[in-house]
Amino acid sequence: MSHSEVTTESRAVRVLLITAAGGVVTLFLLLPLMAVFIEALRKGWEVFFEALRDEAALSAVKLTLTAAAISVPMNTLFGVAAAWAVTKFRFKGRALLISLIDLPFAVSPVIAGLVWVLLFGSQGWFGEWLEKYDLKIIFALPGIVIATAFVTFPFVARELIPLMESQGSDQEEAAVTLGAGGWKIFWRVTVPNIKWGLLYGILLCNARAMGEFGAVSVVSGHIRGETNTLPLHVEVLYNEYQFSAAFACATLLALLALVTLGIKSAIEHFTGHVANGH
Amino acid sequence: MSKRRVIPGFGLSLGFTVIYLSLLILIPLAALFLKAAGVGWRGWLELLTNERVLAAAKLTFGASACAAALSTVTGLLVTWVLVRYRFPGRRLMDAMIDLPFALPTAVAGITLTAIYAPNGWIGAYLDRIGIKAAYSPLGIFLALTFIGFPFVVRTMQPVLEDFTRDTEEAAATLGAGRWTTFRRVVLPALMPALITGFTLAFARAIGEYGSVIFISGNLPYKTEILPLLIVSKLEEFNVPAAAVIASGMLIISFALLFCINLLQRWLNWQPR
Amino acid sequence: MNYRINTSSTPLFSSRLIAVASIALPVLLGLASCGKKSTSGKTGGSHTLLNVSYDPTREFYAEVNQAFAKQWERDHGDKPDIKQSHGGSGKQARAVIDGLEADVVTLALAGDIDSVAKRGLLPADWATKLPNNSAPYTSTIVFVVRKGNPKAVKDWSDLVRDGIQVITPNPKTSGGARWNYLAAWAWAEKQFAGDPAKVRDYIGRLLRNVPVLDSGARAATTTFAQRGIGDVFLSWENEAYLIEKEFPGKTEIIYPSLSILAEPPVAVVEANAAKHGTTALAQAYLEFLYTDEAQALAAKHFYRPRNSKQQSKLPALELVTVDEKFGGWAQAQKTHFADGGSFDQIYGTK
Repeated sequence: MSHSEVTTESRAVRVLLITAAGGVVTLFLLLPLMAVFIEALRKGWEVFFEALRDEAALSAVKLTLTAAAISVPMNTLFGVAAAWAVTKFRFKGRALLISLIDLPFAVSPVIAGLVWVLLFGSQGWFGEWLEKYDLKIIFALPGIVIATAFVTFPFVARELIPLMESQGSDQEEAAVTLGAGGWKIFWRVTVPNIKWGLLYGILLCNARAMGEFGAVSVVSGHIRGETNTLPLHVEVLYNEYQFSAAFACATLLALLALVTLGIKSAIEHFTGHVANGH
Repeated sequence: MSKRRVIPGFGLSLGFTVIYLSLLILIPLAALFLKAAGVGWRGWLELLTNERVLAAAKLTFGASACAAALSTVTGLLVTWVLVRYRFPGRRLMDAMIDLPFALPTAVAGITLTAIYAPNGWIGAYLDRIGIKAAYSPLGIFLALTFIGFPFVVRTMQPVLEDFTRDTEEAAATLGAGRWTTFRRVVLPALMPALITGFTLAFARAIGEYGSVIFISGNLPYKTEILPLLIVSKLEEFNVPAAAVIASGMLIISFALLFCINLLQRWLNWQPR
Repeated sequence: MNYRINTSSTPLFSSRLIAVASIALPVLLGLASCGKKSTSGKTGGSHTLLNVSYDPTREFYAEVNQAFAKQWERDHGDKPDIKQSHGGSGKQARAVIDGLEADVVTLALAGDIDSVAKRGLLPADWATKLPNNSAPYTSTIVFVVRKGNPKAVKDWSDLVRDGIQVITPNPKTSGGARWNYLAAWAWAEKQFAGDPAKVRDYIGRLLRNVPVLDSGARAATTTFAQRGIGDVFLSWENEAYLIEKEFPGKTEIIYPSLSILAEPPVAVVEANAAKHGTTALAQAYLEFLYTDEAQALAAKHFYRPRNSKQQSKLPALELVTVDEKFGGWAQAQKTHFADGGSFDQIYGTK
């Protein structure tokens, strides 16, 4: 370790803190994860793989991936724009805007589904209009996408705002004095500074998008093999008393957390990023 | 203040932010409030001050605040350890953090219930010493802590990673001990992220539905949460009542978020 | 920090805004149009049928769909694709009202189909379109207890004893739980000769013995069978037998002295079927439910078939109906389960 001794703790304190953190993670996270895997494999590997090869499971995986592939880029674009606006500038209503960005976190997934029904349901504001042109939003892919986007809306922005806030704007301002244009500053100065936060944000947004249950449940219609996402498929299986199959599909979503970490480490490796201070 | 406008892109970024926010969040929520307004002022107040709604509100906000507080304290500990120390299993620990995001909330609920039910792995021990974990407010608290935990860690992690140790070194050369340095130098710098983490965990907990309904027992007046009440109203085809409770919930949540953001802004303006 | 520079970026504000708006709108429209594609391609064809049903019928309809598809293929030469959607009965009705394009609905209570009819998707007299009130099979509410019946639960009166824990889902969110509630009510009315104060007292004591009020029938089953909570579980009869199959050797079924005749109805959602061109198929599908073949399947899945040729092995017991005892579903819903109904009152006074 290259950093000096004065900025770290004594060995005893370190061990104590690591043990405590390990205990917390084991109790709150590792235990549930283990329970998922144990339940999934209770009836053996054969049942496990059969559950994953099932046609309804495959179509659920496909739908989940499609919904995330549309909603995550949308929210990433928004997150970067919003973080830029609120951290590089001071303007009236800024605090209000930040609160509004957080708002979807506080909106119960149940409400997040309900609002789309109020808008696009056949009794909703646009219901008649949609029916006239035979357009379908809820109980179809677009509904699932917008419900997912609603729920995962703040993730990227929320990751970037504290980060960009703590970094300040000095570098960008210096770049302006050197005559650089907006896009050039963004790509050459800001992105390298925020790339880790941005990456975290996208990964979180993605994980949450694929795992979303409540809101999607309201707008999906639960048509087997058609509008069931993976989390909904898990619920269906559970309700059919196919506990092992349900947890087998749940392990896919749990593995997602591990895969995202793999991606993160790979990118860190290729770009030669070294965390601060060591 | 105006000199900060030297950076370009204000119009583009703010314009996009506002339009996207309006289309995806504000217009749909406006639809909700209009629906709620359909019952009139008196009906609105009457529904919200219903004893059962109040009991559910107290439980929802109380359990959420406690859970977010626990998430914040443990989250700070775990983040510190993850960022500052190298030890075997660190990567695994890092990977585990996102689990509550990726696990569908219904699965989380089922799993947590299996662990904390009177015949579960931990619940059996708790039961023996007379603590009822699942099917009680404690169960709700546990589920909400699980849900909120990653928000705190993932908010603080990038900030702590980018935090240079120069100031800490300076503090050390001035003779400050580690604990003092942490309290006086590191903690204040982490404060905005810490508050953000708390807020997110809190806000998320208020709305949580999927995991709580499995572990809570859903008894009116005792372990019934607000989102469950909303669903009940919906299944009775009483959309206006659902919209009223939802709107009341949103107003309180939004007021809380706004206050915390103001607090954060104030902290940011403090001289560093 | 103290540089003061003039840049030419500010005037761009308004034109950028317009540019952004012109990007955002096509994205939304594009999303909507891809929804159009998915309907016309998948559910719009005349050989696809969407059956929106409630929770405990999954296994039954999975077999019915196969049998029906085979028969239709034999008679018409092409194989229909029948899609299923399951969930709480009220939730499913709500989805159909909000635009889930079901061709047929097969729900837990007539009240839920009435709500769909109120939206004009099918005629108000839908129940007369098929034999037996459009309910091709019936069921009832029974008690499920632990193996050996350790608490000696025999009838409704035992449920209010001290120290007995009763598991039932929430009548506000579960169709099955409404049948439970009405069955208990019907027994109490008979027991106390219709004395309303005593009936309410009984229901109140029963509700006080409920430690967990799950949102759906299947969640309640899990609470009882897997988590080991409670002594008695009020359940659909067919679910009770399914529990015995899924959790062998752990439970026993007790038939109370009186219960309720549950008639889960079926109907063609005429507006949707006409739009999809599936009216004939949907009609044939529901009529198929009355054939010997489907009735045998109903008996196999522990429903009580209407067809007398299919003698079910389920024991006979005294059953009251909603129509004679509670004045029909609309009335029962209003009196007992709506906001401020008897359930709310009894729970509120506790």
